[in-house]
Amino acid sequence: MNFTIPKESYTNKIPEIVFGKVKRAYFGGESALPFLTFEGDFPHKPLIALEIQDAPPEDYPEELAKIYSSVWNDPVSWAKFCEDLGAEAICIRLMSTHPDSKDTSAENAANIVKKIISAIDLPFIILGSNHTEKDAEILPIIADVARGYNCIIGKAQEGNYKTIAASAIAGGHNLIAMSELDVNLAKQLNILITQTGFPKEKLIIDPMCSALGYGFEYTYSVMERIRIAGLIQGDDMLCSPMVADVGFYVWKTKEAQAKVEDNPSWGDLYERAVMWEAITACSFLLSGAELLIMRHPKAVEVVKSFINDLI
Amino acid sequence: MLIIGERLSIISKQVREAIQKRDKEPIKDIALEQYKAGAHMIEANIGPAEDDGEELMEWMVSTIQEAVPLPVSLDTTNPSAMEAGLKIHNNEWGKPLINSTSFDPERFIMFELAAKYNVPIIALTVGKGGLPRDAEERVEIAVQLIEKAAEYGLSPEDLYLDPLVLQISTSQQQAKEVLRAIKLFQELNDPPMKTIVGLSNISNGCPKELRPLLNKHFLSLLMYEGLSAAIVNPSEVIETVKTVSVIMGKTLYAHSYLQI
Repeated sequence: MNFTIPKESYTNKIPEIVFGKVKRAYFGGESALPFLTFEGDFPHKPLIALEIQDAPPEDYPEELAKIYSSVWNDPVSWAKFCEDLGAEAICIRLMSTHPDSKDTSAENAANIVKKIISAIDLPFIILGSNHTEKDAEILPIIADVARGYNCIIGKAQEGNYKTIAASAIAGGHNLIAMSELDVNLAKQLNILITQTGFPKEKLIIDPMCSALGYGFEYTYSVMERIRIAGLIQGDDMLCSPMVADVGFYVWKTKEAQAKVEDNPSWGDLYERAVMWEAITACSFLLSGAELLIMRHPKAVEVVKSFINDLI
Repeated sequence: MLIIGERLSIISKQVREAIQKRDKEPIKDIALEQYKAGAHMIEANIGPAEDDGEELMEWMVSTIQEAVPLPVSLDTTNPSAMEAGLKIHNNEWGKPLINSTSFDPERFIMFELAAKYNVPIIALTVGKGGLPRDAEERVEIAVQLIEKAAEYGLSPEDLYLDPLVLQISTSQQQAKEVLRAIKLFQELNDPPMKTIVGLSNISNGCPKELRPLLNKHFLSLLMYEGLSAAIVNPSEVIETVKTVSVIMGKTLYAHSYLQI
């Protein structure tokens, strides 16, 4: 008797996100669980965006400084540098707007964004600093400045989604909706955002990321549950692509920072830090993320080769 | 659960008058109200329709589908009216449903139509001899219906078994038998047999203010037993359907679950 592989049947398909003005990037659109190419269609590979910031970062550890410190004083040069590294998309994080950082103004952020997006012809993700009130203040202005550039903006949260979703509609952008590590809250936020009139097919779920060793498995299992609910259980409100904001969490860990002298058994810092980001990212691809926001070019290279091995 | 809107029935005075005048507007309004309330399918009950059945069913189906993007459940005992409805039905939004056949040889022609048009059919677990006494009798008839359907080339998956809901006011003990029948029907096949009820018959003859209460609570119990479809007034039961789906773990909870 021949053995036939049992196949799962799916009731839904993840919407495809297309962003960018001239050069475009794509992700999503698949109709089966991650990498199960024998069960469904996968029109796009997962996408990796390289992260830059609007001002010299305050918390980039040594291994990142080695790569970016020569360009991070000027966000346009930094973006150009990422383009030369072969980035398919760039994520601008407006970290200096955070009240605990430099508390820079929305106008300042808008100027920087305007300069970058007019100088570099790549698709952009534009993020605030994850400060609920400040993001509600700056993101509407950013969404307006970037009108016509078809970006992804974020992150809309429970406390600010109304303002941010409205400005994403007005600016014609895709939107990242972030909830706190809970499948029910993720669903609720998506319902609330679509009730504002924001088109569901332009929503991206951020279930809140984490780094290997620091709550990683919570994000992983929430992502799994979201994906299963959306694709198999027919839950339309959870049938959206997901982002893993990997670099932001990984490069805060001590494993990505501690010198080998301080912890000889941990081994070489460069290799350890790069692999910490790469392994965190690869694992989130397995739980369903289609969009990764990463920092180290070598880690991106490792993840890309992992993707190419699987698809 | 499949929600079929019951409101377009010849029994309703408003519908009967609109049908007599061939006035499309009230029909469309009622179809639209049910669609907005959450119906997945609209029932068109034209009764025996002995005189102008074919023309009437065509008119009903096309009027409904001009108003809402839904399939129609065709309810008539007149086979030529049934066939006319099947022919004109727009399958763009799903297949129509034949309502209904039973274990009465005069109604086997409905099996034939289901096979000819490749559509699902409701099979009432009633024989020619009168109403079933208990769940076991309903199951016996169900088995015969499944076999009969197979003779016409229909698979068990094409059938919706209907245990026949009776009035609580006159046949109180039958409510429990119907609940047991829903459970037992499913065990007759793997995958489980699909089941359906005409819900509001439970409260037929009861005071008006009691009817929604009886309908909704009975539906909760039926859903607990695994009911797959119900012919109902959608706006009356939609909150019950959504809430029971959440409690049963079929829908993921979110604070706004009633709004989607």
